[in-house]
Amino acid sequence: MHELSIAASIVDAVTETVSRYPGARVKEVRLRVGAMASVIEDSLQFCWGISVEGTPLEGSKLVVNILPVVVHCAVCGKQGELASLQSFRCPHCGEPASDLQQGRELEIDSIEIDEVEETV
Amino acid sequence: MTTRIVELRRGILKKNDELAAGLRSRFTSAGVLVLNLVSSPGTGKTAFLERTLRELRAKGSKVAALVGDLETDNDARRLAASGAPVRQINTHGICHLDAEMIDKHLGAWEGVTLPMLDYLFIENVGNLVCPSSYDLGEKIRVALLSVTEGEDKPLKYPTLFNSADAAVITKIDIAEPCGFDRELALKNINEIRPGIRVFETSAKTGAGMDAWLAYLAAERAARIV
Repeated sequence: MHELSIAASIVDAVTETVSRYPGARVKEVRLRVGAMASVIEDSLQFCWGISVEGTPLEGSKLVVNILPVVVHCAVCGKQGELASLQSFRCPHCGEPASDLQQGRELEIDSIEIDEVEETV
Repeated sequence: MTTRIVELRRGILKKNDELAAGLRSRFTSAGVLVLNLVSSPGTGKTAFLERTLRELRAKGSKVAALVGDLETDNDARRLAASGAPVRQINTHGICHLDAEMIDKHLGAWEGVTLPMLDYLFIENVGNLVCPSSYDLGEKIRVALLSVTEGEDKPLKYPTLFNSADAAVITKIDIAEPCGFDRELALKNINEIRPGIRVFETSAKTGAGMDAWLAYLAAERAARIV
């Protein structure tokens, strides 16, 4: 439900970075989003088109890389991916596991830009 | 034209996270325990908070509350009946509170400063999705669930219940007519957040309030030196 403000935050951050490359256009923005980040990709993609209008990001593609939840088990000491968010248990030994190693990320990983070559 | 990949590796909510970290250190140095109450609309956050404020004040604690809603100051007026200072935050359509709103309202709150408080409660906008992403600088995030909502609420909203430090079941006085399956609710909460403290309460009868208030006192003693 807050995807529009998330999209706006991404546009702000990318615009700031891209200002270091005068005249550059953004082709692609790649995100790392944990399965526990409460962000719905469809909703974010829908907001993307509105948010990039009139910015150096206009026409860019948003690539959302979803990261599974990884827990560390205090009982067996192993790490593993949760199969679903319905049960926070170690996938190896089945004991309850509350130590999240991955899954809450909400990051801009990288951007791909077309740079204007300097004329000599 | 040349194509270039620029690595950012930057948190999208970095600004909120930084502001929240600043708030957290201000809360700690002022010696105030800050709690963020999150639930669906209608769980009874306001009734539970009103009773909590009243009982803490009766014990001599200095308490205050910030309350978030899309519109109206109805909740602030209800909570003010406890005698505690209360400030309403209207988000005008935004589905969650963020650290900037907390910072702004604390700064503009006449007659209330952090060092004069023992406890500050933040009642979030009724929503079980978005508030899980926004750190407000709180020490304790409390997820509330009423007996009328269904025992599977934690399974439906795992991202929020998993991020909570404590869970409160409200309206326990009407558990029986609602056909509330207590064992199943506790099992579901523990499946999503293993080992979490759970309080079964009624703001109407006062059931479970002693355990809740004892928890608050212990957390304050342990976390605030």
